[in-house]
Amino acid sequence: MAGSVSNVATTLAKVPVAGTSVAIDVQRNRRSTEEHPAVKWGLIGLAVAFMLLFLIMPLVTVFFEAFRKGVGVYLAALSEPEALSAIKLTLLIAGIAVPVNLVFGVAASWAIAKFDFRGKALLITLIDLPFSVSPIVSGLIYVLVFGAQGWFGPWLQAHDMKVIFAVPGIVLATIFVTFPFIARELIPLMMAQGAEEEEAAIVLGASGWQTFWYVTLPNIKWGVLYGVILCNARAMGEFGAVSVVSEHIRGQTNTMPLHVEILYNEYQFAAAFAVASLLALLAFVTLGLKSFVEWKARAEHEVLPLEAPRT
Amino acid sequence: MSIEVRNITKHFGDFVALDNVSLEFPTGELVALLGPSGCGKTTLLRIIAGMEIADVGEVHFHGEDATQRDVRERKVGFVFQHYALFRHMTVFDNIAFGLRMKPRAERPSKTAIKDKVMSLLKLVQLDWLADRFPAQLSGGQRQRIALARALATEPKVLLLDEPFGALDAKVRKELRRWLRRLHDEIHVTSIFVTHDQEEALEVADRVVLMNRGRVEQLGTPAEVYDTPASPFVFGFLGHVNLFHGRAHDGWLHVGDVALEAPDQAGATDAPAVAYARPHEIELDRYSPGQQGIRVQLCARLPSDRWHASSWNAKTTPN
Repeated sequence: MAGSVSNVATTLAKVPVAGTSVAIDVQRNRRSTEEHPAVKWGLIGLAVAFMLLFLIMPLVTVFFEAFRKGVGVYLAALSEPEALSAIKLTLLIAGIAVPVNLVFGVAASWAIAKFDFRGKALLITLIDLPFSVSPIVSGLIYVLVFGAQGWFGPWLQAHDMKVIFAVPGIVLATIFVTFPFIARELIPLMMAQGAEEEEAAIVLGASGWQTFWYVTLPNIKWGVLYGVILCNARAMGEFGAVSVVSEHIRGQTNTMPLHVEILYNEYQFAAAFAVASLLALLAFVTLGLKSFVEWKARAEHEVLPLEAPRT
Repeated sequence: MSIEVRNITKHFGDFVALDNVSLEFPTGELVALLGPSGCGKTTLLRIIAGMEIADVGEVHFHGEDATQRDVRERKVGFVFQHYALFRHMTVFDNIAFGLRMKPRAERPSKTAIKDKVMSLLKLVQLDWLADRFPAQLSGGQRQRIALARALATEPKVLLLDEPFGALDAKVRKELRRWLRRLHDEIHVTSIFVTHDQEEALEVADRVVLMNRGRVEQLGTPAEVYDTPASPFVFGFLGHVNLFHGRAHDGWLHVGDVALEAPDQAGATDAPAVAYARPHEIELDRYSPGQQGIRVQLCARLPSDRWHASSWNAKTTPN
């Protein structure tokens, strides 16, 4: 069957009838480079079904459950003092962790990309550590170091300072878990860009800060923003590490993810899903911003060379 | 402004990039640092610019010791092989950069900067490109903009690191002639690094030949080409024929041929090599009845190793 069709196509293609031969050529090209339609639609269908089942449906469920008992209950669950305190704490944690990681990430990538030094490979590996370690372990590390039985526990107690089961511990754990995001984004970017532009700026008399501000930063700004968005999403959503160091004290050391778990365990489903819907909303905002940044960065890179270079 | 480097030595790990190099670059000249890759020429240029620090040795600008001076204070213009233009800035902003980064007290006014940038763009004949971004320019245009940027702060010294290395052959030739004309116009002391002997011989007032971190020879293009100081220079500049033989009592024996080599009067049966440029050898047509063809070396073979005047020889055809 297939043989006969292609035979016809070849014969027809030889006849120089405008239009016909072109159409048949196209058909032949498709046949040779594409899968059978059944395979194509089957695969697409499978992927879509998978996404619906595992990605879309849970999200829909979150919002459905959140509003099941009406908008009144939803708003009440969010405006309750403990929920408000959890939201505030989450914002505070992200507000500290993201800038800290921004500074660290830019500094580390700058050092790694622009200079050669002993232990560089080790530093690159260490930056990845939080990605490879379970969040529970990340939390436990801080308990072991700063907890009552930990290395600095007695000293901290003597000076009336609390790290574990308090806000500082949560901040530390969050910083630890989220610190690769910005550095990981910037290191390959800055390495690809090299150090020549910085050298050029310095020879032209620019100070270190001027070089960073006018030359380095504009070149990496979209990468930085991308990293910040991902870092922020993780900082607000982190559960495991924070759970270990927080002790879940309502109104004091409860972040939004922890609050959701507590409500759920207490069978307050509507309230749990209401808070969860905020986190889901954050995910949408993150995805939207991420797409925008990617689009913007690509646009800046691609639009420019479109005009043909002239000699 | 004249530049002088004294006893510069630089190591990268075990690798000796520069080995006790001393050179003088007179005011207003265009000098080429020529050598194969890895010979230390770029390292020397970067040490002069202050982007690299020598292990030992001094750099003097106009007689003053500038060894400890920071890159920014040396006030040199530097042109990179890959242009290193600021990709997010327009051509105008690129050229204005050096002026805008000056401390407030020294910074020219906005209109002064604009005038300066536009005059530089005219100098490099690209004034119609002020609003473009580097990515929109061709390689040759980018390098001319890079040159304009380097000249904006009115440096006393212009350093160019393989300025034409990234360009295609045709543009390279055009641009190096253009650089020569530009230099004749502005007369700023310039050093450029290249591994292209043709480029160095065509453009430079003087050529410094470097090999393995040492200076092999220094001279005008004609001097280094006509009277190479060492076998390396001979081999590196232009084409050369080698005759391997044995030196004995002021004669070099290559096969059946004996060449006069008065420098080697003291040699007794020592291995030696004679060098001859292709154009220094004349071949006569083979005439019937003769054994072999006549070869005449018509020019001198000057070198401190040995020296031979013209010679006649018969070789057996093979």
